[in-house]
Amino acid sequence: MIDFNGKMAVSARDLTYRFDKITALDNISLDVPSGIIMGLIGPDGVGKSTLLSLITGSRALQNSGTLQVLGGDMRDKSHRNNVCPKIAYMPQGLGKNLYFTLTVEENLQFFARLFGHDAAERRRRIDRLTRSTGLYPFLDRPAGKLSGGMKQKLGLCCALIHDPDLLVLDEPTTGVDPLARRQFWDLIDNIRAEQPQMSVMVATAYMDEAQRFQWLVAMDEGKILTTGTPEEILTRTGKKDLDAAFIQLLPESKRSGHRDIELPPLDADEKDISIEAEGLTKRFGSFTAVDHVSFRIRRGEIFGFLGSNGCGKTTTMRMLTGLLPATEGEARLFGKPISGDTMEVRKNLGYMTQLFSLYNELTVRQNLKLYARLYGIPEADVKSKVEAMIARFELNNVADTLPKDLPLGIKQRLSLAAAVIHDPQILILDEPTSGVDPVARDSFWELIIELSRRDKVTIFITTHFMNEAERCDRISLMHAGKSLACDSPAELVAKRQAPTLESAFISCLEEAEAARNTGTSPEPEAEKIILPEPEKSESHAAKTNHFFSFQRFYSCFWRENLELLRDPIRLTLALFGALLLMVVMGFGISMDVEDLSFAVLDNDHSQLSNNYALNIAGSRYFIEKPPVKDYADIDRRMRNGELSMVVELPPDFGKMLERGESPEIGVWVDGSMPSRAETINGYIEAMHNQWLEKLRKESGHETSGDVDIEVRYRYNPDVRSLPAMVPAVIPVLLMMIPAILAALAVVREKEMGSIINLYVTPLTRLEFLLGKQMPYVLFSMLSALFLVAMAVALFDVPIKGSLPLLLISLALYCMVSTGFGLLASSVTRSQIAVIFLTMLATILPATQLCGLINPVDTQSGLARLIGEIYPTTHMLLISRGIFNKALNISDLQAPFIMLVVTIPVIITLGTVLQKKQED
Amino acid sequence: MKNKFSQSLRNIFYLGVKELLGLWRDPMMLILILYSFTIGIYVGAKAQPDSLTKASIAIVDEDRSQLTNRICDSFMPPMFLKPQIIERPEIDSGMDKGKYTFVVVFPTNFEKDILKGETPEVQINVDATRMAQAFTGAGYIQTIISQEISKFAHKNGIPDAQAQIVKRNRFNPNLTQSWFSAAVQLINNISMLAIILTGAALIRERECGTLEHLLVLPLRSFEIMVSKIWAMALVVLATAGISQLVVIEWIMGVPAEGSRLLFMTGLAMYLFAVTSLGIFLACIAQNMPQLGILLILVLLPMEMLSGGSTPLESMPPLIQKVMQISPTTQFVSFSQALLYRGAGIDVVWKEMLALFAIGSVLFWYSWLRFKRSVA
Repeated sequence: MIDFNGKMAVSARDLTYRFDKITALDNISLDVPSGIIMGLIGPDGVGKSTLLSLITGSRALQNSGTLQVLGGDMRDKSHRNNVCPKIAYMPQGLGKNLYFTLTVEENLQFFARLFGHDAAERRRRIDRLTRSTGLYPFLDRPAGKLSGGMKQKLGLCCALIHDPDLLVLDEPTTGVDPLARRQFWDLIDNIRAEQPQMSVMVATAYMDEAQRFQWLVAMDEGKILTTGTPEEILTRTGKKDLDAAFIQLLPESKRSGHRDIELPPLDADEKDISIEAEGLTKRFGSFTAVDHVSFRIRRGEIFGFLGSNGCGKTTTMRMLTGLLPATEGEARLFGKPISGDTMEVRKNLGYMTQLFSLYNELTVRQNLKLYARLYGIPEADVKSKVEAMIARFELNNVADTLPKDLPLGIKQRLSLAAAVIHDPQILILDEPTSGVDPVARDSFWELIIELSRRDKVTIFITTHFMNEAERCDRISLMHAGKSLACDSPAELVAKRQAPTLESAFISCLEEAEAARNTGTSPEPEAEKIILPEPEKSESHAAKTNHFFSFQRFYSCFWRENLELLRDPIRLTLALFGALLLMVVMGFGISMDVEDLSFAVLDNDHSQLSNNYALNIAGSRYFIEKPPVKDYADIDRRMRNGELSMVVELPPDFGKMLERGESPEIGVWVDGSMPSRAETINGYIEAMHNQWLEKLRKESGHETSGDVDIEVRYRYNPDVRSLPAMVPAVIPVLLMMIPAILAALAVVREKEMGSIINLYVTPLTRLEFLLGKQMPYVLFSMLSALFLVAMAVALFDVPIKGSLPLLLISLALYCMVSTGFGLLASSVTRSQIAVIFLTMLATILPATQLCGLINPVDTQSGLARLIGEIYPTTHMLLISRGIFNKALNISDLQAPFIMLVVTIPVIITLGTVLQKKQED
Repeated sequence: MKNKFSQSLRNIFYLGVKELLGLWRDPMMLILILYSFTIGIYVGAKAQPDSLTKASIAIVDEDRSQLTNRICDSFMPPMFLKPQIIERPEIDSGMDKGKYTFVVVFPTNFEKDILKGETPEVQINVDATRMAQAFTGAGYIQTIISQEISKFAHKNGIPDAQAQIVKRNRFNPNLTQSWFSAAVQLINNISMLAIILTGAALIRERECGTLEHLLVLPLRSFEIMVSKIWAMALVVLATAGISQLVVIEWIMGVPAEGSRLLFMTGLAMYLFAVTSLGIFLACIAQNMPQLGILLILVLLPMEMLSGGSTPLESMPPLIQKVMQISPTTQFVSFSQALLYRGAGIDVVWKEMLALFAIGSVLFWYSWLRFKRSVA
């Protein structure tokens, strides 16, 4: 091993890391000198990414082993806090740490703010970085609309904005075209020339890239195979290139099946055409994605499709598979045009997308079985076919594992198995080898060649690897929707008089680019001076407050705000949704019971009994239905819900009354809805008494024993439901909607991967959560204002108390409800689960346990406990107090204090439960 | 032709099995489903107290006679908390703070006036912001006062009021609230789960990119949609059925009057409608957050205005009419007739027909949307 300068950037001792069943790192000891560019090479799933994430501190260490990074222990929290701003991390995956709805400028501003630069400094840094990476002309473009190569450059800019001492890049060029890749590495070289003291660690699957690094670490199965300079490794293995050297380094067992790829000559009938495209064109609005592309592919041919990111390769494939209709031109499979019913065509087609369309919730065998059945393989043959595939694609060991636990190379084999299980005659493969290691790629190609030459399957494949392109019978070079050239690889190299296919390709691209934009190139050449002088930020880093920095909080707030504003549909839905719900609930929830249907069973038929029935029918509460005949009739008509009440007047009702006796009137009430039955009981009682009194007065009887009961309904004298309901609906709505918005905001970052920014930047959990929460608090307050305005204007419910006090309380309450969402988000990982959890945790308590309809103190047990502490209860008291009772702060002290106290409790809980490192 | 048909059925079956396996491997969802159909139902059903319980009452007794004392004593638990005796000036502050829902005021010479055959005045102050309790409680207090007075008058030789009223509450003799709330809670959870499960399953498949892959296979969009519907509907049907039998009938002891088989048939029709609705919402929403808000916007009115929480006939006529096209309204009406009133097919066929019709329209429309969204 060469000693570079004695200082170590990373030093690991006996480091072990396990996932459930898999050991990702197996007792690793490693010293990485500082100030060099180090390459980490090895097959997929051997622990490269795990090692890098441990080094950056984004993943928490497990119990065994020690890890020193930049001179401190990564177990030590304060060291992690200190060292975090000095490490920059670009995780695997195109733009995983970027925010796609934000522009290039906004992404950079966000990261620059996190690291505490002031406005002028930020401007200077952003301008310099983007000028030198060629992103400057695209500052206003949303990150999601950048090509793959540009996304990676932006990721790099974001990583470099704070002059890190250690730059960690995890497969930064996977899925990036050769031209963009070359530009990317030139950029890294320039940066290193500027800042020689910076250490760079790169994981890569491209061996030609590894050649550029000063020092290599080769890994396999969680262990380190060897370390050294590329030259040392080549000498040691006696191979000419690193691809071969790496294969040589693998243990005998892994290497055994591997041999150099040979492509037997194609024996094809020129007239037997499988795939044919003629002037195929696709336009999206004014943008032409594919521009008059034509080709003819013979049966059994391997046809390669090469081109820069976003040049229309995938669109072409989607048209060939029938997923997208062509705007112009025609594609034919086996001479049949792809249009209308493509069912027969699809049966002969195998398709494998970049994403490996596997179901992660099904095991390998279950996935294969599902595809076999969906392709219509007879049930009797399914089992044997699946087993044959498992054997052929060497999936025996993993047949009962879930794909998400598998390394990329194996996933890809499984995907191919699923795509060919029905013996298709055409196989369409969209970048099937992106991010896959050399050994796995070679064995994949063996399968492809076997399918082509032995089974005569026509193969249409896109790739970024030049050594793969060389294995194709013919390749088509695509750029900006046009096919530039189409020939066999050897012919193409010869035509352009280039040394390799890659340089032929790049020269072809550059020529096309120049022809297209006469003058301004979209990705201009890098300027020489790259980075701002580092001394300024050193002083910043020293001052960094580890607990709470307003600027970092503001950065988070500002970013979330932008993102929220970019999804106007969500905002509109949330805002008008709340208003709509208020109308619905305000008018809908009513305790007033009217228009009740009733009927009489009159066994007397006297004048008095008639009069009794008329008295009921005359009130606005009841509607009389045809009289009932007998008890069976009562039973039938109450059972089918026709009658809510039946009044039975006994025989001789009139006579008994006249004699001064007390006849018994029977009343049947439909008790299926208890609250309504209760109301009916009350009504009939009152009407009965009224009728008796009227009777006595008419007959001149003495009216003694009587009392005049005056009921005064306070705060709501007309006893309308609306004035009591509307002030209560506001807190209920302001609980549910803000909670779900805030919860999804956090969990969405978890699903999309940008949560990594919390793990690897100096951002603290509290800053992160408050920053995410604040935009939703503001938004909820806006919606609170609308709700209050609507209560007054539309529902005519006046605010009797102080409006400012109401608004202050609502603001506090919005903090509570969004905090609730953050709390729910801290314990869930998937968006579905968090939606479900938040709805369960808000709808039931807010509508039923908090006094909306029944006061909390009438409940018992768990319901009472929840009701007592649930914040909606307190806001309900305040809201009704101010709206209906004109109360002031001294009357509302208790609920107000509860509200104020709940905020820190909820936010603290949410912060503590949220993780700062992955585990 | 027959072959095509059987292959189609096979596709639908196995795609559905895939959905079930996926759900089975998501422990968080399993826990939440289990919770919502056990503890969720129980807490929700028990939350609503029986009509009037623990009403807080205060009495201003300026008469301090035997009669007013007897009236005071007749406000008893569980309906009322023990009455607080307060002075007139305390009324306002006590009611403002929500200490008392009711304050009854007896004037001086109250007993004397009764005996003299005059008509003294009793005042009942009600905190009308307390909704349900205020309205039913006021009625109870009036009845109690009148009864006590007439008993008192009778004892003192004043003729009794004539004609007695005897009330019988059918289907739920004691008006036990939890009998009612259990079914309401069950229906709410059924609606919520059915829509979330199907809607989210579709959006997730779209976000993961597997949906696009399915479209390259020899499958029809119809098969993809139906597979999700049957799988999710089955999950909800099974858990809801078990919940009705075990949690509601067995543990909570709520009697169910009608045929269980008929209930499950109606539930299946309801699920057909709401799972189709879930697919429809997923076709409109572009991402999960949008689906989340849409869910609230659709679910809440459907539940609150279904006639489940408050009676349908007390809503404005327009809302009543509009809500007839909501599957939840039909299903609530179906369940109430069946579970509470023991109605049979002769009564509920109308709701079942309506559910089927609404389901068919929703299904057909969702299918159109779905076909368009994947093309």
